[in-house]
Amino acid sequence: MNTKRILIRLSQILIVLLGVSFITYALIYFSPGDPVRIMFASTGTIPTEEVLQETRIRLGLDKTFFIQYGTWLGNVLRGNFGTSFSFQKPVIDVLLQRMGPTIALAVMSLIIMLLFSIPLGVLSAVYKDKWEDNVIRGVTFLGITIPNFWLGLIFLYIFALRLGLFPVVSTTVSLKSLFLPALTLAVAMTAKYTRQVRTAVLEELSQDYVIGLRARGMSERDILLKHVLPNSALPLITLLGLSLGSLLGGTAVVEVIYSFPGLGNLAVQAVTAYDYPLIQGYVLWIALIYMVLNLIVDLSVEFIDPRIRRAA
Amino acid sequence: MNEAVLEKQSRFEWVKKHPLFVSMSVLAILILLIALFAPYITPYNPFETNVTQAYQPPSARHWFGTDKLGRDLLSRIIYGTRISVPSSLILVFLTFIIGSVLGIIAGYSGSYIDALIMRIADMMISFPGMVLAIAIAGILGASIVNAVLALTVIGWTKYARLARSLTLRIKNQDYIVAARLAGASHFAILKDHVFINTLPVLLVTATLDIGTMMLELAGLSFLGFGAQPPLPEWGLMLNEGREFMLAYPWLMVFPGLAISVVVIIFNLLGDSVRDIIDPRGNYD
Repeated sequence: MNTKRILIRLSQILIVLLGVSFITYALIYFSPGDPVRIMFASTGTIPTEEVLQETRIRLGLDKTFFIQYGTWLGNVLRGNFGTSFSFQKPVIDVLLQRMGPTIALAVMSLIIMLLFSIPLGVLSAVYKDKWEDNVIRGVTFLGITIPNFWLGLIFLYIFALRLGLFPVVSTTVSLKSLFLPALTLAVAMTAKYTRQVRTAVLEELSQDYVIGLRARGMSERDILLKHVLPNSALPLITLLGLSLGSLLGGTAVVEVIYSFPGLGNLAVQAVTAYDYPLIQGYVLWIALIYMVLNLIVDLSVEFIDPRIRRAA
Repeated sequence: MNEAVLEKQSRFEWVKKHPLFVSMSVLAILILLIALFAPYITPYNPFETNVTQAYQPPSARHWFGTDKLGRDLLSRIIYGTRISVPSSLILVFLTFIIGSVLGIIAGYSGSYIDALIMRIADMMISFPGMVLAIAIAGILGASIVNAVLALTVIGWTKYARLARSLTLRIKNQDYIVAARLAGASHFAILKDHVFINTLPVLLVTATLDIGTMMLELAGLSFLGFGAQPPLPEWGLMLNEGREFMLAYPWLMVFPGLAISVVVIIFNLLGDSVRDIIDPRGNYD
C-alpha cells in the first residue's frame, strides 16, 4: 500500500469515528434520562432544583446540542474523555485498566481456537464427504448454533461449581481464571474457523499446482504442509484480524457470566448506570481499535503476499 | 394419466428430493403453532406465582420444575416462543426490507445517493455490532422493542451491500434497457425487474439470518437490555436462573435447551432453502 492509500484509509477512519461519536452523542442527548439527576443518584445525594440547575450550567448541559457536542469533541481531541459518573475517575483511566484483562482473554481464546480449528479444518478438507468430514461438519454446526451464554453457564456449572477445578468469579487475571471464559469464546469461533479452513484448503487443493506436485511424486503430506497450508493461510489472516477486533471490544455476555473484569463487562455496567461519559468513551475507543487493527491486517496481508502488493 | 395426477406425482417427487427442507419446514410450522396456541397447551398460567411451590424439581406435575416464584417452567418456556419467534421474525423482516430497499436504490441510482447510503453502511460495518447494540438498547431503555430496534440499526447494512451488488449486476442488462425504452418508469423497473431478480438471494440470506438474530436478541435479554421481568423470555429466564444454578440447575438447563433447539431448526431450514434456491452457493 502506498502512502497515499494509507492516508486515505486514515482519513476514512477519522470520518467513521466522527460519525460514530455523533450518533452516540445524539442518542444520549435525546434519550429520556437526565444525566445530572443520574449523576447525583449515583453519589447517593438528593439535590434541590437549584443545585441541579447549577450543575447543568457548570457542566455546560444547558447549551444547545451542537455546542455541547462541539465542546465534548474539542476535549476528546485534547485527550480528555471526561470523568466517569460511576467510577469518579477519568474515563481513559477506567478504559485502560480494563484493557489488560480483555487482551489476555482475546489472545488466549484465539490460541485455543487455532489449536483446534486448523487440524479439524484440514482433516475435514482432506477427507471431504467421508465420515470424518461429516462428523466434523456436524459438530461445527452445533458449535455455531449453541448460544454462548448457555454454554458459558454449563461450563461454569460443571467445571467450577460441581468439580471445583476453576474459580467461579474471575476477578483476578490468571491462566486458571482465563481458561473457562476463553474456552467458551473459543467454541463458537472454532466452529466458524474450522469451516473457513476447510473451504480455504479445498480451494487450494483444487489448484493446478497441486496436480503438478503430485505428478512430480511429492508426498501428500509435504504438499499439504509445505504448499497448501501456507497458501490457504492468507484469507484467514484477514478474518483473524476481524475476530481480534471484536474480541478486544470485550465480549459482554461471556465476561458477565464469569464476572470477568474486562471491557465487555464495563460496557454493560456503564450502560446500566447511565454513565454517559464512559459509554461515549468506550464506543469511540472500540471503534478506533477495531479500525486501526483492520488497517494493520490489510497492510500485513499485502506485505506477506507479493501478488496483492503488485496489484495495489 | 390426467394433468392433476401428474402434478401430484411431481410434487411428491419434489418432497422426496428435499427431505431436509420438508422436515424442517414442518418443525418450524410446529413452533409457530406452539406460539399461536400457547394458552391452550400450557398446563399452568406462566405468570401465576405460588411461593409455596417455589424451586420444585422436575416431576410429573411440573415437567421442567418451577422457578423462584413457583411459576411452572414448562408453561413459561412454551410462552417464550411467543416472544422469541415473532420478535426475531420481525427483526429479520425489518433489516431485510430496509437494507434491500436502500441497497437497490443505491445500486440503481448511483452517484451521490449511492455514496451517501454506502458510506453510512460502511460506518456501521466498520464496528463490532454488539457494542453499538448494547449502547443503543441501553440508552433507549431496556425493552424487547428497543432491542429489536437496536439490532435493526446494526443489521440492515448486510442486506444493503448485498442488494446493491446484485442490482449493479442487473441494471445494465438488455431487458432493463428495453423496459426503459418501452417507457417503463424507474419505479416500475425497480419493482417489476430489479427487486424480483434480487429477491431469491436476499431471501436465502434472510432465512439463514433468523437463527442468528434469535441468538442476538436472547443475548441482549440475557444481559438485561431486552425483555424485562416478568416476561418469559428465554435469555432473561437463563439470567434469572443463573444465581440459583448450583441448587436448581433445571432453571438454566431448559431455557437454554429451548433456544438451542429452535435455533437449530431455523438454521437447518435456512441451509436447506439455500441448497434449493442457490445450489452453487454464490449467495454471499
